Amino acid sequence: MLLNASGCLDALTAPDVARSLDAFVTKTITPEPRDGNPAVRIAETDAGMLNAIGLANPGRERFLADTLPRLRELGRPLWISVGGFSAAEYAETCAALEDVAAIELNLSCPNVDEAPESAAAIVAACRAATALPLYAKLSPAAWDIAEGARAVEAAGADGLSLVNTLRGLALDPGTLRPTLARGAGGYSGPALKPVALAAVYACAAAVEIPIVGMGGVRSGLDALELIAAGASAVALGTVLFGDPDAPVRVRAELAAEVAERNLGHPLDARGLAHSSLQMSVSRSDNGMQKVPGNRPKVTA
Amino acid sequence: MRRERRRVTGSEQIGPYTLLRLEQGGLDAGIPGQFFMLEAPGRLLPRPMSVCLAEAGELSFLIDPIGPGTRALCALGPGDEIHVLGPLGNGFDLDVEQPLLVGGGIGIAPLPYLSRRLGEPPAILGFRSERHAEAAALLPGAEVCIEPTYVTALLPEERHDVLACGPEPMLAALRALVPDAQLAWEAPMACGYGACYGCAVELDGEWKRLCVEGPVLAGAA
Repeated sequence: MLLNASGCLDALTAPDVARSLDAFVTKTITPEPRDGNPAVRIAETDAGMLNAIGLANPGRERFLADTLPRLRELGRPLWISVGGFSAAEYAETCAALEDVAAIELNLSCPNVDEAPESAAAIVAACRAATALPLYAKLSPAAWDIAEGARAVEAAGADGLSLVNTLRGLALDPGTLRPTLARGAGGYSGPALKPVALAAVYACAAAVEIPIVGMGGVRSGLDALELIAAGASAVALGTVLFGDPDAPVRVRAELAAEVAERNLGHPLDARGLAHSSLQMSVSRSDNGMQKVPGNRPKVTA
Repeated sequence: MRRERRRVTGSEQIGPYTLLRLEQGGLDAGIPGQFFMLEAPGRLLPRPMSVCLAEAGELSFLIDPIGPGTRALCALGPGDEIHVLGPLGNGFDLDVEQPLLVGGGIGIAPLPYLSRRLGEPPAILGFRSERHAEAAALLPGAEVCIEPTYVTALLPEERHDVLACGPEPMLAALRALVPDAQLAWEAPMACGYGACYGCAVELDGEWKRLCVEGPVLAGAA
């Protein structure tokens, strides 16, 4: 399953791109409208890009009354990204949503101040407010992301979205002052891929709930690697900015990668990164006992 | 909005700028003021460039090599191929009675194409140096000034429909003098098609994504 990463596509200005995905994930919705941060909001770096958009969005009421009905006309499953500045704010928005495919809780925007509660407390509040599938989007900046994954799973999350951007800074080479008006921003693009792979790999071994993998995906092989690390769906982010045809291309490349490996379906590769340890140990034939495989249960 | 691969047909130096020519093929040149996202070889993000000239089966873009992306574009030569996406955004409203084109620096980029579409109306161009002013050759007959003289000093008394592109201080000054001027704004863009919200700017209390609601905005909008 191929999605867009939240904040990387506006389905209303680019409906054809949205329709080339299996589901569309909205930009994060907050209770009140937000203009976002002043310009300059984006900067290319040597191996990625920074953004400090600042959760610009029309606010919950206008989203529900105006944006959501128009998004439904796409005929694609909708994932609503929900943000807030307290657990109660997240939960209120969750309670107001119905008839959507899933809710993604943005628990990790690097460009706004965080809610005071822990990710698990926010998930628990939202769990009490809705029966819709809840995906928790976590930051890769945590030292032990698996610990956070276990906590949100225990709090009732139905899945994980891994990963959000990392905080980064770019300086203008002329002035040596921050390029972005806000200073630091969220770092995305190719440089994030190993970070995303590590997060998915660690969390897949730690939790049972499905994972949407994202971070630096540019090709079908990148997508396959995230699946091998344990993801059961993949989202495209920064690649969409330079190539709106990326969903079609990545899907074709993924199919070719799967065929080349004599797999029937992309998800047949799910968790393969985890079984490699087991295979290499058993192949060594040196009398060592096989280590128990920690390949995650295939649920998708 | 179409993304296609296009061959470079030529590249020539005009003062400090480069005029990059691409084969047009089936691409719509769009309305003057609209832009294309040009793949910058070796860089993650494409760069937004307005059409400078559209004739003889070619689309030309005037590029100022100010960073790694624009330098990569200026280094392209005949035979190279890049992806282009466009035309994007809103161009100038060509339904004007007394057009006057005003450009500053690299902001003159969309004016040659605009001038040809409007029957070569009067134009005023401002540059920071004699060398930069060599680009005025793209707009024969234009009045040219060089800093410390600014384009606003050359504005005629009588009323004109001003269509302008240039640095932000120039656009702000023009807006104060000609409130209904059509102004082409600029901001860093990652996508060019409304996805990233990177180019949003606040104008008169309203936030606009310059790629989909601009880049040309009426001054009094």
